[in-house]
Amino acid sequence: MSDIEHRATNIEQPVSSIQHTARDSYRGNKLPLFGKTLDELTALVLELGLPKFTAKQITDWLYKKEITSIEEMTNLSKKARELLSEKYELGLVAPIKVQESSDGTRKYLFPTAHNKYIETAMIPERERKTVCVSSQVGCKMGCLFCMTGKQGFNGQLTAGEIVNQIRMIEEYGSVTNIVYMGMGEPFDNLDEVLKSTEILTAEWGYAMSPRRITVSSIGIVPALKRFLTESDCNLAISVHTPFDLERQQLMPVQMAYPLQKVVDEIRSFDFDKQRKLSFEYIVFGGLNDTSEHVKEMVRLLKGIRSHINLIRFHPIPGTPLQPTNEERLQEFKDELNNKGILTTIRASRGQDIYAACGLLSTKGLQET
Amino acid sequence: MPKPAEYIRGDQYLFNNKVLANDEVAEEKFLLRFEKQFNLKAGHVVAVAVDQSHDPRIYSVCSGEQDPYLQILFDLKEDGLLTPQLAKLKPGDSFYVSKPYGSFMPDAATPMWWIATGTGIAPFYAMMRSGFKAERLLHGSRYGSHFFFEREFKQAFKENYLRCQSGDDGIGDYFGRVTSYLENQEQLPTHNKYYLCGRALMVVEVRDLLISRGIPYGNIVSEIFF
Repeated sequence: MSDIEHRATNIEQPVSSIQHTARDSYRGNKLPLFGKTLDELTALVLELGLPKFTAKQITDWLYKKEITSIEEMTNLSKKARELLSEKYELGLVAPIKVQESSDGTRKYLFPTAHNKYIETAMIPERERKTVCVSSQVGCKMGCLFCMTGKQGFNGQLTAGEIVNQIRMIEEYGSVTNIVYMGMGEPFDNLDEVLKSTEILTAEWGYAMSPRRITVSSIGIVPALKRFLTESDCNLAISVHTPFDLERQQLMPVQMAYPLQKVVDEIRSFDFDKQRKLSFEYIVFGGLNDTSEHVKEMVRLLKGIRSHINLIRFHPIPGTPLQPTNEERLQEFKDELNNKGILTTIRASRGQDIYAACGLLSTKGLQET
Repeated sequence: MPKPAEYIRGDQYLFNNKVLANDEVAEEKFLLRFEKQFNLKAGHVVAVAVDQSHDPRIYSVCSGEQDPYLQILFDLKEDGLLTPQLAKLKPGDSFYVSKPYGSFMPDAATPMWWIATGTGIAPFYAMMRSGFKAERLLHGSRYGSHFFFEREFKQAFKENYLRCQSGDDGIGDYFGRVTSYLENQEQLPTHNKYYLCGRALMVVEVRDLLISRGIPYGNIVSEIFF
């Protein structure tokens, strides 16, 4: 038994009151209403011959109340509910499994369309509860250090499937922050990601502050530009090394979208609207933790008001990469801070249930 | 007002280009040939768009450095935004292409293995047409009709060109996936450079396999479709 398995406690338990199988949980016979924007619902109700204001009533039921069926939308006429129910269902999907880490982090397993699965992490920290959502089933990016990439790409999530990961966990109602750092590359599914952030931040939706939502990307430049134009949410960019060849070896995306281009694009935008910008940096021992890397990061980020998050590497099977030691990690952080770049070390959470950064995977489940 | 000859979309400068040929070389696989407006290096990619309202997609160039034209090889995705439009292009039609760029460059000083699946063969065709040689070229496909340019590869690399076929119409040199072929090799040269191009799952599986066989990850160069 590995050290990680040994330290895990009470790692598998059914979510209370949830007895569904994946098939029951993901019905999929009718189209889901959950995950539709106000504009989409307006078009939908007009098509059904219902009054336009019905759309706003539906968004209230979907995103401000806790109903479980269209029948419970009691301020809609009976005829409206019947018309809706012919083609649509609410579309909420319960998780089929939850694991809890010794540090309180929880990892939820959700079924998605076509018998696929995704994982969602909920990380409690003092008064905060951060949900780390997935944006794709698997991932196309193939980063050398990431477990999700090892299952390849199995499909896109809809906006509804993304928001459902917040709506259907036990902590719904007390979630304070959302990060798009689960399975998948959000900028490779930008339409649905933007729809999901619209639902989370719009007045007719969950009305969350966009400052409490962070979308993390490895930097697909056309999507980055669109995100910065169309969203006010915070942005995190995965850097992991400032050097071109080294980044190519860690992250094949560097071939198509070099980091310098990503940074140039960011530099051309105004970040004064309180939107937070951070750079994610997994620290690998003997690879990207040298003073040369500090120097190059300083050059790369010169003039950009940002924050670097250093992340401990969580080894995955067969990896040729090593975590750095704690002493060097602290020194690396101090060197960056001394050069004027605000740098912190992100606490590793949920490692014993494979919920920590880079460890999410449903590969085994996709194959069954 | 006429459209400008160039415009910026996303991060890309795109230039008006003209189609020279567009052939369906296998079911739903197209080889699009167009004007060469800039020089290129084997392994480069281009960003391609059919209009100014959609973001371009990136494709590996599938023609040699000395060829008087550029080509890309693409899969038709029925539900895609771009490829159904690309598939309809006829000779003389206009579309938009960036300058060639990228860093999936062959290292002629080191023996190379090239490993591709499907249309991931494109950059290796560019390399072969540009005079680069592979110590071994593995091309994986389910269907025999998807071994694009097989005659030229066979001529250039002879027995070092291996078609790994996982389907059952039986024209491949090896029956099975490229990963199976590699697994079954007693030894893999550890000082060679391995160039991988194809879908994410193939690339990560082959990369993991190579690493497990002692190849330093610095000797593995990956290009992934997305």
